[in-house]
Amino acid sequence: MVTPLLTLAFGVDIRYAVGATLVSVIATSSGAAAAYVREGFTNIRIGMFLEVATTLGAVTGAAVALRIPTSAIAVIFGLVLLYSAYVSRRPIPATIEGDAPDHLARWLRMDSTYPSVDGTKAYHVHNVPSGFGLMYVAGVVSGLLGIGSGSVKVIAMDQAMRIPFKVSTTTSNFMIGVTAAASAGVYLKRGYVDPGLAMPVMLGVLLGSFLGARVLPRLRARALRMVFSLVVAALALEMLYHGLTGRI
Amino acid sequence: MSSTSRAWNDERLERIIGTLLQVGVVLSGALVVTGGVTYLIRHGSEPSRYGTFAGEPSDLRTLSGIVGYALSLHARGIIQLGLLFLIATPVARVAFSAAAFALERDWLYVAVTSVVLAVLLFSLAGGHLL
Repeated sequence: MVTPLLTLAFGVDIRYAVGATLVSVIATSSGAAAAYVREGFTNIRIGMFLEVATTLGAVTGAAVALRIPTSAIAVIFGLVLLYSAYVSRRPIPATIEGDAPDHLARWLRMDSTYPSVDGTKAYHVHNVPSGFGLMYVAGVVSGLLGIGSGSVKVIAMDQAMRIPFKVSTTTSNFMIGVTAAASAGVYLKRGYVDPGLAMPVMLGVLLGSFLGARVLPRLRARALRMVFSLVVAALALEMLYHGLTGRI
Repeated sequence: MSSTSRAWNDERLERIIGTLLQVGVVLSGALVVTGGVTYLIRHGSEPSRYGTFAGEPSDLRTLSGIVGYALSLHARGIIQLGLLFLIATPVARVAFSAAAFALERDWLYVAVTSVVLAVLLFSLAGGHLL
């Protein structure tokens, strides 16, 4: 959301925007993960294992971004935004209870428990190879566009690996910081990270996520998701238009 | 290995990782605010020039350059040092996890974590082969 805003509303070059956004992504992920990890929702083993895929993907994405024209990045950005607008409107999938354990997931010690209102709940993890593959894609998208690509990560964990929603969202957030750090080094070295631009973006996003966490419980989730997906879809179309007409 | 000793260790690992992430974000936030206030006082009224991409000077791209620039109290150097701390926070988290899995004698995850750490260090070194 930050990169389209910077490029479309403020006329910032997309490379500076990507560098600034990437840094702010690390800030929010690390800040939120600090709280979630202690609450016991985050599965560190799943996170660590899938980070192999996301970091390799992120380095690939950054390498591609250095070589393709900025208008192509804008077009890909538009398509990814359209996809996230669609994903954010889908309902939260129900957890399947009492399913059989998976051999590979058990060998990787991914099966675990999480706290719930009815006490500690156990869960099994499935389809590790397809989850791993999707995570590589999420890493490429993150490295290419300088975003967290949380929507792709949640698809991989909810749909493919069938991880409970609270575990998948917190573990996805946990992984975002490491994924972003994997491409941040490449971008820093190439001069994409400008302190004068990254400073307000990082502090603004940190403040926003801090306030959001306090205001969010009082807002109606359905209306919020509706507004969010409409805004994202509008940004996506404008990004596509600018990219296709070569104005970015 | 008994399951109780692993549960105890994993819980402790989670607590320390939580603290580590928090300290990293607060520390880098403090540096960015300090540098940011200085930057706005000195250069706040100058027009921005982000419409065309020129790339940052080498002082703001490399580890030694950033540290040197920050130590000479340049506002942009201080902000960039804060951003460097921020990028280093997840890297420190991964390095710590590798050590903690080694203490748990969980060699499978020592290997997994080491691969992630290697990719991160390759990137932080600037990804020279890219």
